[in-house]
Amino acid sequence: MISDEDVKHLGWLSRVELEKEDSEKFARELDRILDYFTILDAVESDLSPLHHVLELSNVFRDDVVADSLTAEEALSNAKLQENGYFRAPRIL
Amino acid sequence: MLNVHESDVDVMIGLECHVQLNKLNTKLFCGCSSDYQNDPPNTHTCPVCLGLPGALPVINRKAVECGIKVALALNCTIQEETLFYRKNYYYPDLPRGFQISQYDFPLATGGIVHLEGEKGREIRINRVHIEEDPGRLVHKGAIEQAKYTMVDYNRSGMPLLEIVTEPDLKSPQEARQFLNKIRNILEYLDVFDGNLEGSLRVDANLSIEGGQRTEVKNISSYKGAERALLFELTRQKNILRRGKKVVQETRHFDEARGITISLRTKEVEHDYRYFPEPDLVVMRVGGWVREIERSLPELPDAKLDRFLREYGVSPVHAKVLTSNIHLANFFEGVASMIDPAFCTRWIADILKGELNYRGVGVERIAQPDFIDLMKLLEEDKITDHGAIEVIRTILDHGGDVGEIVREKGLLKAEIDETEIAVNAVIEEFKGAVDDYRSGKREALNFLVGQVMKKTRGRADPDHANKLLIGRIED
Repeated sequence: MISDEDVKHLGWLSRVELEKEDSEKFARELDRILDYFTILDAVESDLSPLHHVLELSNVFRDDVVADSLTAEEALSNAKLQENGYFRAPRIL
Repeated sequence: MLNVHESDVDVMIGLECHVQLNKLNTKLFCGCSSDYQNDPPNTHTCPVCLGLPGALPVINRKAVECGIKVALALNCTIQEETLFYRKNYYYPDLPRGFQISQYDFPLATGGIVHLEGEKGREIRINRVHIEEDPGRLVHKGAIEQAKYTMVDYNRSGMPLLEIVTEPDLKSPQEARQFLNKIRNILEYLDVFDGNLEGSLRVDANLSIEGGQRTEVKNISSYKGAERALLFELTRQKNILRRGKKVVQETRHFDEARGITISLRTKEVEHDYRYFPEPDLVVMRVGGWVREIERSLPELPDAKLDRFLREYGVSPVHAKVLTSNIHLANFFEGVASMIDPAFCTRWIADILKGELNYRGVGVERIAQPDFIDLMKLLEEDKITDHGAIEVIRTILDHGGDVGEIVREKGLLKAEIDETEIAVNAVIEEFKGAVDDYRSGKREALNFLVGQVMKKTRGRADPDHANKLLIGRIED
């Protein structure tokens, strides 16, 4: 069972503020999701893990410079900016 | 090795070193140029390193090659299959809310670094992995007083190698020694320039016998590592002395104040919710190892041994000469023209001392210039004192040896020649000497003229003047 504390903690990790009714609702929903995963418990556990659904490996690019955005373009969606920097809340 | 402060307890230190592969042209997952050091903020970004929705990372092949090079140089085993993970945490320096890093299946595991030469202490390497650098946070004034954070994503996505040691280091001094060794190896491999700002960042674990370990974050220099660990060691010892227990925690190193501060972070490892990065496929690079191994240059320990054998230098000199690839190459270039036994002292002791004093690299003096200077010394045309003056002048103001020697009149032969001429003139023109002694000032002009005549004008008249007066009034 997902506890209220678990949901609050998840909320904090995502920097999302949760009201009391939200956290109860999320707890129920997360429980359902975790229940769903218990189906996997029926599978034999000596299978080797699959890291990726694609059969591809070794996809690389060469170390060649491509154009970057201009500072104006990079900052064009930023509501808060200062002297070419993005502005964000101070976090200690 | 241990100093008085530490000999009384057993100390265990482990390091996580983050080094930027700053010799690459581009970032780890996008083609943005890595040459951002002198550029305004946010001028080296793209949808990938800004974390814009839908942007897809593609791995820089050369970054993986560099990682393998480093791992091999640290005697690690390269893993057959290696992959990237998402490390989730929410912080302004990470635009996507996660860092692409490695977790299970890192690039390489299980290495060894010798602290001093091949017989030096062995420090075990736990793993080497590749990850991306976060952006850079800037605060106006002190961080505690800042109203907000300013973010520059030029650094975001730069290729980093994380090198993790086992807790084998026994003192802060040894930790610094280890970092110097790592820097040296990386510079030998030509994958790293340690002079660039932010090129090295270290997290350190320290515990003393019977206590919990603390992790110190935010160490960003070689000297800083030693200072942070010395502070942390003293702090822990004081806690034990008061009969209290060291609690396991993460602390932040405040470089300006030279202290560590408790961070009280709530995030523990499982909070990072690592999972394989779905936008990147696995890497199978085992097949690259043999070729990369063949391309590895001679590394510091091997070079040190060869210098001992080939040039017959002392172990102390060999260590100094191989402590930096540029100095080692400089020495070999000079030693191909000048007797190694002779130029070793000049490079390892004198030149290195002058470089250290100024905090500059050997590239400040051109090799042919230094060879010219050594030739002057070998031919006894300049005094040791004069040669040192030439070195200092070049390091401080530039210029070439011939010019400096001429301008400063440092050629020994000139001085000798003038002295010989002065002595001969005093012998030869006793009458004029007596005239001068009895107060005839103009007699001196005559004598100087004679010296100039004897040296065919090569003596410096002022110098001849002084020598004559000195000799006559003696």
